[in-house]
Amino acid sequence: MTSATSPSVSPLLSMRSISKAFGGIPALAAASLEVAPGEVHALIGQNGAGKSTMIKILTGYVGRDEGEISFDGAAFDARSPQDAQHKGISTIYQEINLVPFRSVTENICLGRESRRFGLLDWKAMHEQARTLLSRFKIDLDVRKPLLRFNTATQQMVAIARAIGFKAKLVIMDEPTSSLDEREVAVLFDVIRQLKSEGVSVVFVSHKLDELYEVCDRVTIMRDGRTVRTADMAAIGKLELVASMLGRDIAQVAKSATAFGDRHGRIGDVVLTADHLSAGHKVHDVSFSVKRGEIAGFAGLLGAGRTETARMVFGADPLRSGSLSLDGQPLVPREPIDSIRRGIGFSSEDRKLEGIVPEMSVSENLTLALMPQLTRAGIVDEAKQQAIVEKFIQRLGVKCSGPGQKIRELSGGNQQKVLLARWLAMNPKLLILDEPTRGIDVGAKAEIQSLIKELADQGLAVLMISSELEEVLEGSDRVFVLREGRSVAEFPHAEASESAVMTAMAHGDSDLVAERSAS
Amino acid sequence: MSQARTQSPPPASAARVDAIAAIMRFSTLGALIALIIFNVFFTNHFLAMQTLDVNLTQVATIVIVGVGMTLVIATGGIDLSVGSLMAISGAIAPIIFLNKVFNIGEVHVAVAVAMIVAVLLAGAFGWFNGWLITRFRIQPIIGTLVLFIAGRGIAQVMTNGNLQPFKLDAFQWIGLGRLFAIQDVYRGLPIQVAIMIVLVIAAAWVLKRSLFGRQILAIGGNERAARLSGVPVAQVKRWVYCISGLCAGLAGLVVIAINSSSDANQVGLGMELDAIAAVAVGGTLLSGGRATITGTLIGALIIQLVRYTMLANGVPDDVAKLAKAGLIVAAVWLQGQGRA
Repeated sequence: MTSATSPSVSPLLSMRSISKAFGGIPALAAASLEVAPGEVHALIGQNGAGKSTMIKILTGYVGRDEGEISFDGAAFDARSPQDAQHKGISTIYQEINLVPFRSVTENICLGRESRRFGLLDWKAMHEQARTLLSRFKIDLDVRKPLLRFNTATQQMVAIARAIGFKAKLVIMDEPTSSLDEREVAVLFDVIRQLKSEGVSVVFVSHKLDELYEVCDRVTIMRDGRTVRTADMAAIGKLELVASMLGRDIAQVAKSATAFGDRHGRIGDVVLTADHLSAGHKVHDVSFSVKRGEIAGFAGLLGAGRTETARMVFGADPLRSGSLSLDGQPLVPREPIDSIRRGIGFSSEDRKLEGIVPEMSVSENLTLALMPQLTRAGIVDEAKQQAIVEKFIQRLGVKCSGPGQKIRELSGGNQQKVLLARWLAMNPKLLILDEPTRGIDVGAKAEIQSLIKELADQGLAVLMISSELEEVLEGSDRVFVLREGRSVAEFPHAEASESAVMTAMAHGDSDLVAERSAS
Repeated sequence: MSQARTQSPPPASAARVDAIAAIMRFSTLGALIALIIFNVFFTNHFLAMQTLDVNLTQVATIVIVGVGMTLVIATGGIDLSVGSLMAISGAIAPIIFLNKVFNIGEVHVAVAVAMIVAVLLAGAFGWFNGWLITRFRIQPIIGTLVLFIAGRGIAQVMTNGNLQPFKLDAFQWIGLGRLFAIQDVYRGLPIQVAIMIVLVIAAAWVLKRSLFGRQILAIGGNERAARLSGVPVAQVKRWVYCISGLCAGLAGLVVIAINSSSDANQVGLGMELDAIAAVAVGGTLLSGGRATITGTLIGALIIQLVRYTMLANGVPDDVAKLAKAGLIVAAVWLQGQGRA
């Protein structure tokens, strides 16, 4: 752990040795965070690093198991987000939490209305709202309903409401994810304004460029710990990414893996994706997957990997770009369209989008295959049982029997059942989003070798993982996505950690600049 | 973000949930048996064919509607419009068989046409419910509220708000007819009870053995997972609401046949709540994903028998309603325990 230049003044906020476990699983292990007065402090980390838990503890959303918090020179213990706000810590979330049909004034004053003789004092409230907004150089008709204004203005109103008149610390959790460039610029002006008034800001974002633009210092978290705090100016992008992923940049070297002889088995292109775009997160992504090949997506959180995969599968709509499968155009409107063409998709969120908890192992396993297992609408139970038993055995699913409810299985065994759901379809292309997330080490290794075995048999696999090691060691080709664009492509032999991380952090254009500078 | 979210529940709590599910399955049947035993000792003339007859006849329409309701609730939805759809079906049928619009000479043909049109019309309105809910992603409780309110109005407009009295054996057979009668021994099985039994068996079988049943439970259990596995969610939901409409249409015919008249103001009034209560007491998960048709039958019988027991022992009907409310609260509470 590198210690950063500590601020000369005493910190406004200090969280020390914070620990927290959910149902026995540690989310935070002695994590710490220190924020100086009038400082914009970035808080970054991968999925599951503990950023959100840290913020939830600070704002009283959840309690902590261990640790101390001091704020503004005194011990701090918020009982609820409202309590935290009352004590000077305001939070602004990604989603705008306002009432669109009510006026700007009502939204700002909600919960702290001025009263006069028991009635609402509208004049005073309008004045209050106007004064507050003028602080951010916003001048608008506060009587109009909020939905008349654009997203950026609504966001400003949300910020104004959250900050009120007495916030000393403002937490912004991915505030820019739904804003366009111009709106982001306005937001940054607000942040600078706050800073000039001595208000501190904790800024959570996955867009590295933004951090360099507006933040003074950064705290990096990984696996529930604080791994580093540094001045923004003293840390390079690559170093930042290496810390987030837990890689020592100096020692990063391509490790040899027993992967070399796979290339002979790779066949024709199965899926081609050209210039895909959709929603806020995917702008221009191109890639292809060949028969017998495992293609991996590498990228930071928010790079658009999952969104791209969902688009290919028809789970989310495609805005522009083209897809083709086996040379024929693929236009998936619904998942069923892709499934009929021979594509399978295993979601990153097993509980929310994978298992049907009330159903048995057998019913979960055959869910996608079901139409092929029925004759005249009636399920062929014998055929179903034969298939289920075959896959339980082949994948080594540990369960008391095909009739056991899937929710009673461990995460690893649930994941195996979900893999079997697609393997039973005999697909051409299998998309695996975080196939080993949240499962134990043994099951993880089993699933990883199973994926390789399937590719050897001719299956095309598109794999997404937040664990860089898994992508690098498990892929024949690595595609790097950054902020919704595909920025680099590496064959297995060239996919070294340093090269891939550089691409994840910079993209091509910055890379050239940095190389010429050094 | 929190890792705890993606973890499966620890086995201990899963076992507890299953234990409660087993208790519930047992408790509904157990409660029914307890009620019957209680009545054998404390209610005069309980062990008579007449008692069985009265109770089954009264419960039949609730169960017929409850079958459709169970399927709807199994997908995680709810259908508030069933009572109004009964009124629509009950309004259109007499208009046809009384030859008010066009003249069908042969009475049996007229009755057949009336029945088919009435049931199909209710089914079409049910389909409309499903279309509203899936096309515009409206919550089912709001989507079906539309016809809950408008449906009875439609029935009143069709009949100009008039009572339609009739006396037509060819039609009233559906509410008053009997099967398998034995001279001097058995009056026969009421037709609506026969319809109820057939529907219960058919629906239970569909839910257990068919692709459609599997899809219904998958949608109710995890709609997003079902969609990602290629289940045609919108299509299945539309069919389910359509079936609920068909069941309501059939029940509407039974009710007007028993009454010898059709009153758009009265037919099926409050039926949505009776049906939902039967489903809830029967042990179907109100959030969807786990459903039992026989449970709905037992649930309806329990509610009916509690009311009968109280009335037969001189408890006023208003108090009996309180007991019904208590039953529903108990059933929903048990479900909450099962999901905790």
